[in-house]
Amino acid sequence: MDFFRHDVNFDWMGKTKYFVALSLTLLIVGAASWIHKGTLDYGIDFKGGTLVYVRFASTPPVDKLRQGLVQQGLGDSVIQQISDIATPNANEVVIYLPQRGQGNEALDAGKGEILNALHATLGAGEAGKQDFNEASPDVVAELLTRKDPLSAGTAGATRYQQLAKQLTDYRDKQARGVVSNLDDLRQAGATPAVISALRDAFYTGPFAVVNGEIVGPKVGADLRRQAVYVTLYALAGMLVYIALRFELVYGAAAVLAVFHDVLITLGLFSLLHFEISLTVIAALLTLVGYSMNDTIVIFDRIRENLRLMRREPFETIVNRSINQTLSRTILTSGLTFMTVLVLFLMGGQVLRSFSFALVVGILVGTYSSFGIAAPLVVAWNRWRGQGAVPVSGTTSGSKTRTGEAQGRLAPAGRR
Amino acid sequence: MESNLKWKVIFITLVVLLCFFGLVGLPTVPTSLAQVRDNFSKRIKLGLDLQGGTHLILQVQVNEAVGLQTDQTIDHLSTQLRDKNIRYDDLRKVSDTQILVHNLAPDATATFRDLVASSFPEWDLAPAPGEQSGYLLTLKPSTVAAIQAQTMAQSEDTIRRRIDALGLTEPVVAPYGQGDNEIIVELPGEGDPNRAKSVIQAGGQLELRRVQDPNPYPSEAAALGAHGGILPPGTELLSSKTTDATGQGSWYLVDRSPIITGRDLRNAVATPSTDNPGSYEVNFTLSTDAARRFGPFTEQNVGRAMAIVLDRKVVSAPVIQSRIEDSGRITGRFGQQESNDLALVLRAGALPASIRYLEERTVGPSLGADSIRHGVQASVISLMVVLIFMVFYYRLSGVNAVVALLLNLVILMAALAYFGAVLTLPGIAGVILTIGMGVDSNVLIFERIREELRAGKAPASAVDMGFKRAFLTIIDTHVTTVVSAVFLFVFGTGPVRGFAVTLTIGLIANLFTAVYVSRVIFDWHLAKMQRQAALSI
Repeated sequence: MDFFRHDVNFDWMGKTKYFVALSLTLLIVGAASWIHKGTLDYGIDFKGGTLVYVRFASTPPVDKLRQGLVQQGLGDSVIQQISDIATPNANEVVIYLPQRGQGNEALDAGKGEILNALHATLGAGEAGKQDFNEASPDVVAELLTRKDPLSAGTAGATRYQQLAKQLTDYRDKQARGVVSNLDDLRQAGATPAVISALRDAFYTGPFAVVNGEIVGPKVGADLRRQAVYVTLYALAGMLVYIALRFELVYGAAAVLAVFHDVLITLGLFSLLHFEISLTVIAALLTLVGYSMNDTIVIFDRIRENLRLMRREPFETIVNRSINQTLSRTILTSGLTFMTVLVLFLMGGQVLRSFSFALVVGILVGTYSSFGIAAPLVVAWNRWRGQGAVPVSGTTSGSKTRTGEAQGRLAPAGRR
Repeated sequence: MESNLKWKVIFITLVVLLCFFGLVGLPTVPTSLAQVRDNFSKRIKLGLDLQGGTHLILQVQVNEAVGLQTDQTIDHLSTQLRDKNIRYDDLRKVSDTQILVHNLAPDATATFRDLVASSFPEWDLAPAPGEQSGYLLTLKPSTVAAIQAQTMAQSEDTIRRRIDALGLTEPVVAPYGQGDNEIIVELPGEGDPNRAKSVIQAGGQLELRRVQDPNPYPSEAAALGAHGGILPPGTELLSSKTTDATGQGSWYLVDRSPIITGRDLRNAVATPSTDNPGSYEVNFTLSTDAARRFGPFTEQNVGRAMAIVLDRKVVSAPVIQSRIEDSGRITGRFGQQESNDLALVLRAGALPASIRYLEERTVGPSLGADSIRHGVQASVISLMVVLIFMVFYYRLSGVNAVVALLLNLVILMAALAYFGAVLTLPGIAGVILTIGMGVDSNVLIFERIREELRAGKAPASAVDMGFKRAFLTIIDTHVTTVVSAVFLFVFGTGPVRGFAVTLTIGLIANLFTAVYVSRVIFDWHLAKMQRQAALSI
């Protein structure tokens, strides 16, 4: 099985101006959006504050909740309903409240205020009873042991613990966090006696908090600084390695290309209002690794061809190298792209920004290898060959001889 | 089969067996499928983002401990100066690490210098700027660092003991970040962090002090007024923990130095109160050493009040009825959990400095379950598509790639199990990049072999050349990525590290599977294959 023609002879370097135009457009659009907003859409990891994910048994009354939050003095909160392709009926809202003040009390206050507002808006539940959707297995087990609906006697403790775990597991997994009626627990193995015992002590609240994040202002600033430094260190490390294995200019070109990829991805994040969270940083690092990998494959082929094709101009060699690795590039990128696309479509809310960064990153990372990194090396060689004449970018594709005398890599003996 | 090849096959088989053992063979060799699954879920630890639980980052205010050292030095220094009859106008704390001696008598300079050099060697002495005979004592940076390090270690230890006493499953208490005195606390499966937080945060500094004036004062001013504006030496005013209906507390004049501190406790237990049905109290017993001091003290002070001070607040001030040997109780209007937690905190010891929360994350078990389900679904689907495509596109050689990729994942998982590493969401990103680069290695090699075959080479030499040429590229891409991963591991924290770990392991495993194992399979196939037959690629 084979998809590709093997006599491909595409003049990649001749298209440099289009690549430059494309990259510049993407960079400028991204930068414009970034500058227009003044900042990126940082997630709570980076900006601090309180974030609460609330899951409802049915469609959440978002407008009512918003009014409720404002009435409770939380006018600066942001409430947003979540839905995505994987779970169109997620019935989730996420409520964000900016950080106010300093200290432990301020850090804790936000979550409490949001919960109070929710309870005030949606009703406080039944007096003297606990919300089953917020109960821990231990609390349920303790109640069952006390009531002993199965008449297990003294040996009941372990049995009820097991049952409680079973019931809360059912709530957390099958019911996705919210049981709307205690009778539903029958599906988890609760007998009518158990359910009526539970009913004496529990009611089912309309919502459950599935995730809460509180991040102080110091952490956010630290993380932002750290993310940038760590990425720069990693890039420097790669630069040194490539410079040792190839030449400095190859390292520089590869790192610039990767930089270009990260900037374009961030620009798209800004444009499409995706949030930059900590996991997005991991995705950006993945993108850096992937793009670098792709670039090195082409550089490696250039290095090999330089030895085989001593009489050809440098540009021809670069074109040939890209063409020779084309089938590999398309296969690998295609398969990896498919992988992350599945992740983007099916990965659910938590993985959303993360997989978006990867989807964009693989496209841009593949493109930058032949569209940015290789042309940079060619441009450098031409500049050196023509005695410090700046490159115009339009003479590419013509058979200049400049590459011949100059711009060769060190002989293979280096290894 | 060549013997060389045979040894390679044996080596690979051993590695595979070792990996499977690491994944499902521990802690007990499984005898049923359910046990295999059980072992696997025990061996592969999931991070809080996947499993659900609470994650707290807190900062120890280490400079409080440094300041305390400075306070103590001021006490000692003033005593010694008084003993040696060295006159000065004022002795005060300028900052956490500095003490100013104002207007020292000029004729005592030499004695003073000797005193500091012999009795306070951890302090640097210098003339105070802008003063004629003032001196500035500065705590040596090495001492400051030592106090800070000790405070950190002690806090970590205390917090760990307190958390362990809560009886949660596999809690983690560890230093966090780089030198900002931060500690991370992870409580897997715990959806409500409030109890853990209050237990961690409790100071737990218990002191028993003698009360000077029999009756408490309604306010600080009243107490000062009763003593003509100046408190008697060696005493201080402490407020009560509880306030009355109008929000007013009461103030006790107590000795500055405690008779008993938390360190003298041997045990503390919460018990239902006998005097106050429905409420709870904490009974404590003293160490033998402390009891030897406490007995005579109580005997001499029968009829006087003794304050039970917790974190510099007076909890109660009972009157000593008779000689007490080695036990006491703390009464207040405690609930059951409150008294349990107080006893727990007293047993675990006091924190040497207060702490501040920087971050709190709670992932509910239902969200964690969702993340796993989505992540696993997506990964399995995409892995299947990749594998099916490889077989479809490269035929028999594609099967080889499938073996290499699956083996790569097995080795990666086994390595995580052996290292006790935790799989997190960013870790999964590392796995995805590993799979991507694994596919890439196979594609690079196979495309190269095809090229050689098109150039008219025989299968055996095409395979040989394909591997040789592609190997250079694969080494370069892998080393570059590992170099960056090492930087991420060294300079990164938390999520970034998880990414770096899985990526590094995955890439090393990939060098083994995509290059070594895959080559052995090819050689084995070529050895069995007829000489003229075409390679299925």
